[in-house]
Amino acid sequence: MLTAMKVIRIIGFAALLGLVVILANCGGDEPDTQGSVLNIGLITEPESLDAHKARSIQAADVLRDIGEGLLSYSPTGELVPGAAASWQVSEDGLRYTFKIRENARWSNGDAVTASHFAFGFERLVNPETAAFYAGFLADIKNVEAPDEQTLLISLERPTPYLLSLLTHPATFPMHPGSLAEHGDDFARPGKLLSNGAYVLDDWVPGSVITLRRNEQYWNNSATAIDEVRHHLLTQEMTQLARYRAGEIDITGSVPPDSFQQVKEELGEQLHVAPYLGVYYYGFNLTKPPFKDNPRLRQALSMAIDRDLLVQKVTGRGELPAYSWVPPGVENYQPTLLSYAPMTQQERNAVARQLYKEAGYSDENPLKFELRYNTSDSQRRVAVAVQAMWKDVLGAEATLINEEFQVLIANVRKRELTQVFRSSWIGDYNDAHTFLSVLQQDSPANQPAYASKEFDSLMSLAADQVDLDRRRLYLEEAERLLLADHAVIPIYFYVSKHLVSPRIDGWGDNVLDYHYSQHLSLKAAE
Amino acid sequence: MLRYTLLRLLGAIPTLLLVIVLAFLMVHAAPGGPFDSERALPPEVAEDIEKHYRLDEPLPQQLLRYMSGLLQGDLGPSYRYRDYTVSELIASGFPLSLQIGALAMGLALIVGVGAGTLAAQRKNTLVDRIVMGFAMTGISIPVFVVAPVLVLLVAVKLHWLPAGWSGSPGFAKYVLPVITLALPQIAYIARLTRASMIDVLSRDYIRTAYAQGLGTKAIIRVHALKPAMLPVLSYMGPAVAAVLTGSVVIEEVFGIPGLGQFFVRGALNRDYTLVLGIVIFYATLIVLLNLIVDILYGVIDPRVRQR
Amino acid sequence: MKKSVAILILILVIAIVGPWISPHDYAAVDFSRILQSPSLGGMHWFGTDALGRDLFVRTLLGIRVTLLVAVVASLVSLVIGVTYGAVAGYVGGRVDAIMMRFVDTLYALPFIFFVILLMVAFERNFFLIFVAIGAINWLDMARIVRGQTLSLREREFVDAAKLIGVRTPQIISRHIAPNLIGIVVVYVTLTIPQAILVESFLSFLGLGVQEPQTSLGALVDEGVNHMEGASWLLLIPASLLALILMCFNFLGDGLRDHFDARNGS
Repeated sequence: MLTAMKVIRIIGFAALLGLVVILANCGGDEPDTQGSVLNIGLITEPESLDAHKARSIQAADVLRDIGEGLLSYSPTGELVPGAAASWQVSEDGLRYTFKIRENARWSNGDAVTASHFAFGFERLVNPETAAFYAGFLADIKNVEAPDEQTLLISLERPTPYLLSLLTHPATFPMHPGSLAEHGDDFARPGKLLSNGAYVLDDWVPGSVITLRRNEQYWNNSATAIDEVRHHLLTQEMTQLARYRAGEIDITGSVPPDSFQQVKEELGEQLHVAPYLGVYYYGFNLTKPPFKDNPRLRQALSMAIDRDLLVQKVTGRGELPAYSWVPPGVENYQPTLLSYAPMTQQERNAVARQLYKEAGYSDENPLKFELRYNTSDSQRRVAVAVQAMWKDVLGAEATLINEEFQVLIANVRKRELTQVFRSSWIGDYNDAHTFLSVLQQDSPANQPAYASKEFDSLMSLAADQVDLDRRRLYLEEAERLLLADHAVIPIYFYVSKHLVSPRIDGWGDNVLDYHYSQHLSLKAAE
Repeated sequence: MLRYTLLRLLGAIPTLLLVIVLAFLMVHAAPGGPFDSERALPPEVAEDIEKHYRLDEPLPQQLLRYMSGLLQGDLGPSYRYRDYTVSELIASGFPLSLQIGALAMGLALIVGVGAGTLAAQRKNTLVDRIVMGFAMTGISIPVFVVAPVLVLLVAVKLHWLPAGWSGSPGFAKYVLPVITLALPQIAYIARLTRASMIDVLSRDYIRTAYAQGLGTKAIIRVHALKPAMLPVLSYMGPAVAAVLTGSVVIEEVFGIPGLGQFFVRGALNRDYTLVLGIVIFYATLIVLLNLIVDILYGVIDPRVRQR
Repeated sequence: MKKSVAILILILVIAIVGPWISPHDYAAVDFSRILQSPSLGGMHWFGTDALGRDLFVRTLLGIRVTLLVAVVASLVSLVIGVTYGAVAGYVGGRVDAIMMRFVDTLYALPFIFFVILLMVAFERNFFLIFVAIGAINWLDMARIVRGQTLSLREREFVDAAKLIGVRTPQIISRHIAPNLIGIVVVYVTLTIPQAILVESFLSFLGLGVQEPQTSLGALVDEGVNHMEGASWLLLIPASLLALILMCFNFLGDGLRDHFDARNGS
């Protein structure tokens, strides 16, 4: 009986300890709710609030509340002045002059100066920072701050999306004094200085990030909501439940299996909008059977009935993808896959033909593995596509779901992988963010697409000042990419949020940026 | 006595070493690294990060470095939560997991023993059947089904209790997670109690007590409860393990920032240090608690030392 | 108890024979029949899932996979547990003390964490699920078997065997092991439902079997997402899961009572 007694004692001990902790906590962790509070559901927890170490889209969402770049976006997605009141661009598109607002302040009252931006840029590109977005500033030749209010940026080549980059948290200013004082800890609650509408008040890992109004912000009078809580809820189901229980005002997503029901019940609160992201299947182009076999790749691509897929399988308003760059990108008209105008029946017929030409038949079917990362929606698309390949071509795909981290590692090794699921989300509103992924030297080039022609078109485009000519090069590059069938674009993402009727000022936009400072709460009825 | 204590302490060291090495090797054997993502890092940046966290060193060297850190009580930085150290995360997650686990165990013991006793007393009546029916259902439905169903009914439809953790008021947010976690344990304990209570109540000395005219309540309280509790006590070990498993589920479903959630996310994101830290923390805790109890027994009962 | 056995056998027979009766294939996707509710007169008795696959056939497949996982896991724990416990109990003395100390140590480990690590470290494979689940459950078995062996080895027939020079391994396998069968059967019956629950927990974490294969746990996990819109996707697999767990528990209880009664007399 010794062991049983042992265990009961442990339990007793633990229970006692637990009780003590609860009593100690009682009332302690009650958030004080003075003023208006906005509750937002975040689907991924930021890895860091150091703007240079952060990499997830959700980290950027929070950082856009805390800091402010030279430029910013309006609720509907237009570029507007941010910390810079105005700017000028030279004729050759290589020199930018920004005027920083005189009343721009850090949350400790210090003035935000041009040199803070220059300091931030330097830290971003410094290898020791090991910043994920360091490549953002690759085209910048020189940054100067001749006086406190003036920032001069000169470029190696015209980079028409520079202004869009300057809204990204990676390009926010950094306070040198704060970094010197706190070192690596500078981004923690109580230490992180903010030049945006909110300051970081608290962060309970795995639970909630609380922001409160930054009284020093130059445009503080326009901020309506006093406190913003980003709730870190990684399960879509949990977000929906909490939304329906009235505990959060905005969800980060909507679970696919409840989408129809949500649409019927909460119709007007559901916001679905096109989004700069493409969902695709990639080939391993370094190994047979897909290496040097564009016909076979095209056959697989054509056999996928994308319209059926987005209607019946994903069903959240996604757009079928017949190009690599999503529609809605500025200064760009996506090129379409050559077979886009055909009906699915015609496509299937051609696909079968190509499949035969590539040397496969019912007696000798193509057998390969399709890898995707573990998640309900990936699983469903994979099962559906597998069925389409089987029905149309007779090709036999084996499904392998792997954890995200494993999939990525396998894709990178290029040994096991044959066809894999992936996606690309645009970092800024320009076709370059999509097309540059497939340049030979891009680290994000998962299929290992290597086309000299494509790369040279991309570099031609990079040197163009004239937007129309640049655009022609980029569109030509996309045409090449699609003709090679290096990837199978399947659908374009949509952003999907539930937004409580008590919120005012929400705007749908392709970047899916929603600054809390633009939102307000309707007076209680 | 001192010698005994020292011996037991020394005995715990190989156990912990084994746990550390095993967990270390398993985590590092997992394919994929902590900084992989589809938005791949430029190779230079990846190298810099690996160098920063010393992931570029050979594995044995990393293990040694990790161990020497451990000796100084340093569990290292978290790779997933880059602004936090593992120790900070454990310090923030453990109290919550402990609270909820302890409350659930307490609830399970009280309700389970009560229901089991009631069923035993009214053996083969309707009450018995209802209690046992509930108990059977309780052990037959996985926690990850009960949790969302309860949330839907109690929080979303009826608005009685909060659906989630963060930002919800004080005590109310404990109710659903604790009940969900306790349900299967209530069921097990009720079944155990009923069986052993029936057994005890049929013994001679209980019959004697009845014959002396004692009331049922008194008999149960004075004579039957203690012996009937023995099987329940020996179930406590597995119960703790089950609560640990359940806590992973309820922390995910309710969004509770406890150790279970950190562990699963750490494992899926290859946060080597966080995963190792949690495993080592739990193992050390359990080993130490066992040790303390053993030593206390040694103090009370000298015979134990002879073993 | 008899009812439980009857139900389990019935379920097993249906799970094995059913797929031949039904015209549907467990992997066949049908976009024109997505999320159809169950109808006894129609084509899909249990309705269809979000990809138009027949839930009847998939549930039967799930039962087969789940039972297979559970039985094999229990066998793994049986082999390890019986061997370990019998050796410790029979050899006794210092070896026994050390071996049981090791079991105590393992009890102390957060096992579910190790299972998750195992699944993560050695990419998911079907075989490993069995081994992982079996590996958690052998400790109880080892303890019980050891206790039983301790008393068995004092019995006359063991002494007799020793006297005529039978070697230790033979004594354990020929004389001790057969006498353990009763209690071992009871505990295997009680281990199976535990293994089923662990399997469903792993499915919840997304660490289960590969599509288009499925298990009851995976089906239930999927069903939870459809709780409101297509409740049959949850109710059918969940009630079958519960039914199977109940049967095993009743069976285990019954066997234990039976065994205790025989031993007690």
